[in-house]
Amino acid sequence: MSRETILKVDELKVNYKVYKKGSMPWTRPHKLRAVDGVSFQLAAGETLGIVGESGCGKSTLARAIIRLVPSSTGKVVWLGEDLMSLDNKSMLKHRKEIQMIFQDPLASLNPRMSIGEIIAEPLKTHFPKISISEMGSRVEDVMHKVGLLPNLVNRYPHEFSGGQCQRIGIARALILKPKLLICDEPVSALDVSIQAQVINLLKDLQKDMGLSLIFIAHDLSIVKHISHKVMVLYLGKTMEIAKSEDIYNNPLHPYTQSLISAVPIPDPVIEKNKKLLLLEGELPSPINPPSGCVFRTRCPKADSLCSNSKPELSTVKDSHLVACHYRV
Amino acid sequence: MSNNSLEIKAIKGRSLWDDARRRFSQNKPAIISLIVLLVIILFSLIGPQFAVWSKEEIDWNAMGSAAILGMPSIDTGHYFGTDDLGRDIYSRVIQGTQISLMVGVIGASFAIIIGTLYGAISGYLGGRTDQIMMRIVDILMSIPFMFVLILLLVVFGRSIIMLFIGIGLFSWLDMSRIVRGQTLNIKNKEFIEAAQAIGVSSYKIIIRHIIPNLLGVVAIYATLLVPSIILVETFVSFLGLGVQEPNTSWGVLISEGAGTMMYDTEWQLLFPLAFFVVTMFCFYFIGDGLRDAFDPKDR
Amino acid sequence: MSLLEVNNLNVEFETTDGVVRAVNNINFSIEDEEILAIVGESGSGKSQTVFSVMGLLANNGKATGSVKFEGNEILNAPPKQLNQIRASKIAMIFQDPMTSMNPYMKISSQMSEVLIHHQGLSKRAAINESIRMLDAVQIPGAGNRIHMYPHEFSGGMRQRVMIAMSLLCQPKLLIADEPTTALDVTVQAQIMKLLSDLQRDFNMSIILITHDLGVVAGNSDKTLVMYGGMIMEFGTTESVYASPKHPYTRGMMSAVPRLDQNVVELQTIKGSPPNMMNIPQGCPFSPRCKFSLDICTNKTPKLEITTVSSRHISACHVAYEDLL
Repeated sequence: MSRETILKVDELKVNYKVYKKGSMPWTRPHKLRAVDGVSFQLAAGETLGIVGESGCGKSTLARAIIRLVPSSTGKVVWLGEDLMSLDNKSMLKHRKEIQMIFQDPLASLNPRMSIGEIIAEPLKTHFPKISISEMGSRVEDVMHKVGLLPNLVNRYPHEFSGGQCQRIGIARALILKPKLLICDEPVSALDVSIQAQVINLLKDLQKDMGLSLIFIAHDLSIVKHISHKVMVLYLGKTMEIAKSEDIYNNPLHPYTQSLISAVPIPDPVIEKNKKLLLLEGELPSPINPPSGCVFRTRCPKADSLCSNSKPELSTVKDSHLVACHYRV
Repeated sequence: MSNNSLEIKAIKGRSLWDDARRRFSQNKPAIISLIVLLVIILFSLIGPQFAVWSKEEIDWNAMGSAAILGMPSIDTGHYFGTDDLGRDIYSRVIQGTQISLMVGVIGASFAIIIGTLYGAISGYLGGRTDQIMMRIVDILMSIPFMFVLILLLVVFGRSIIMLFIGIGLFSWLDMSRIVRGQTLNIKNKEFIEAAQAIGVSSYKIIIRHIIPNLLGVVAIYATLLVPSIILVETFVSFLGLGVQEPNTSWGVLISEGAGTMMYDTEWQLLFPLAFFVVTMFCFYFIGDGLRDAFDPKDR
Repeated sequence: MSLLEVNNLNVEFETTDGVVRAVNNINFSIEDEEILAIVGESGSGKSQTVFSVMGLLANNGKATGSVKFEGNEILNAPPKQLNQIRASKIAMIFQDPMTSMNPYMKISSQMSEVLIHHQGLSKRAAINESIRMLDAVQIPGAGNRIHMYPHEFSGGMRQRVMIAMSLLCQPKLLIADEPTTALDVTVQAQIMKLLSDLQRDFNMSIILITHDLGVVAGNSDKTLVMYGGMIMEFGTTESVYASPKHPYTRGMMSAVPRLDQNVVELQTIKGSPPNMMNIPQGCPFSPRCKFSLDICTNKTPKLEITTVSSRHISACHVAYEDLL
């Protein structure tokens, strides 16, 4: 079953200039490699999960794809066009097709606007001539879709719970019927019993609207549940990409293996007998990443080859790619 | 399904302004100050209806012997007494109130509008634009304001217009700094990112998202700005450089009253001074009340 | 005699909008060298329970009932008595190590302060002991690092420093309030392993407060499930996970995605966590419960022994067989 590829990210890099504290005004700034050459493909109706820990660059990657932050080099080919080469006006057209939901549900809504105005804003922005009645009915439709009662349309964000705020954010993102929804840690700030509601909602909407999703989270259990394929990032670089069952059943990269062993499973018997693959050391600074493979400072298998040469992300078997010299 | 929801009326929301209004109304000093201020404004508008003497008329009886014959009394019609020239202080105080409040409110409005737009644009655009815009503010702020104002009034003549120009040149600077700081704060919030992701233009983001979230802070500083502009005008008029005869302001009246204090004509000083001080206090209490009402902790 | 015994604990807060009952008549105990996990979501009352044990309730909070530590009543004890117990007998670590430490003081000062105050050590002895403790929590280069400021450490390191600080006086009971919620999952695994090693080495008990069912499974002997200020279920961790009796516990278990299982759709618990100002009559979970009966909205269920084991109790009117 091959679906058409709608998004192709090619060697995307996002660098920041960082000035160290107390340096002279004329010293050259350091380069912080937030995203250091990430590539992947996404098909229609597919969900790509992106996992990684603090400093891996996943949030920066999400924002770079829709040009919320400027990228340094690389291509983002969306429906055949490289978004990085477009001017603002042409980019605006594509913003209808790619939307985003954020981590803090309340903070992503303007506290001074009613939720009806918030949800309608994308319509007003892209279709300024739309009639009030049409706007009202489209807002009502999308509120139904995400499980919000339309008679709440004049209420303000602070009058809602976290889970409801996230639904409002989803409604706002979906009112233009986008093809791709980027979700940046959408459930991390929610209570556990509410997380399941939002996750199920996203899956239903995906089926219903043929949405593609990029789902970013640090919780591997949730990412595996909702994604078709998973990408593991470390210090701005891709360590492994595979189908979600393969990531769990057959992780090839030492970092992925460690990550999986660290995820606690709600079963005391399994947990007691689990062999933990603990990582040594600390996360290196992204301003001064290790030479060769960035993971080598914490990898139990690292040797001189790993410090001399960067491993390429290469295909091991069908849709399973790893960047490691010693993949098992 | 849709039809049902049309019959269910939309529930009215409780906006943050409503919350703030409720908190403000529970603050007794602020409400009392608001009422007193409204009374003073009302006084300046309908006070003239009750005046027996106009503000320019000279009472030949009191002239020269104000200490004895110019005392405040209901019979003579000089409710607040007369000054040394025999002019009715009641009417003069009314005019002083009108002019001082007008200078304060118009000056503050100008500062608010210019300062808010300048600060919001500078803060949101960031980068070099922000640096240049703020350096301009820094340079202007380093110029001694009172000195320049007095210079302008001396060189270009003393008039209300000149006063407005002088105050207008400087009063927006503080506001722009404050608004810029708040903008930087708001700019990093996720709902701004969301608006950018939707594709809302920078102009609309500033107008629709940033400025409404600033208004709390702006309102608070506005209530401090009005008294400070009145203070400037009062001081300049006290020096004789501000409002000129036959117009008068609190500053002029206080200046005249202070000059004749030793001659047992305290009322010439006390009435305008009282109006001035009470109005200042009212603005400060209202500002305090607004600050509590908009307390971000509750947001 | 249990190490800590809590009986009929009630915690209420006076707010401008009314009285909020955060904890509603709970009873539990923890023995020596035992790890008790308290699981719950927002509004469950789990944090307020331990705050009242430590005497850390906010000014508008009032706790009633009985909290006995080593047989002595400590609930609402005078500050002098509480100060003697804090740090030396009962220590606490919090979720965000950045805000629990003074950003203007070096770690050395903050740690030695505890020892100088509670054990009367000299400054030099206190610093040496602190360095020893930093080694015990596996901070590399402890001798040098101790003279740094909190913001110079990473999140995981800061949490280790917090743990080291809490263990300086070798307390019998350590209360850990969401200690790993703000940390990456690999760091979380390290910290949890550290805590269980230290628990064995120092022969202490731990109360572990969390909302993460996975963390509870791997790191506790007993599990206490709270909802809406009340205890829903209590038993050994193995028993509670193998046969969860309460509909809330069962709902949570099926709402959480597991790495080792492939589920097409997660079973959700409808509705939202309760508004603590408006706790429903009867069982606080009844508005969201699939099995709710009339009696559930009228009568608060008592904690009863389940058919699973006499040490596994649950507060529910519905018979176990009807839940399956």
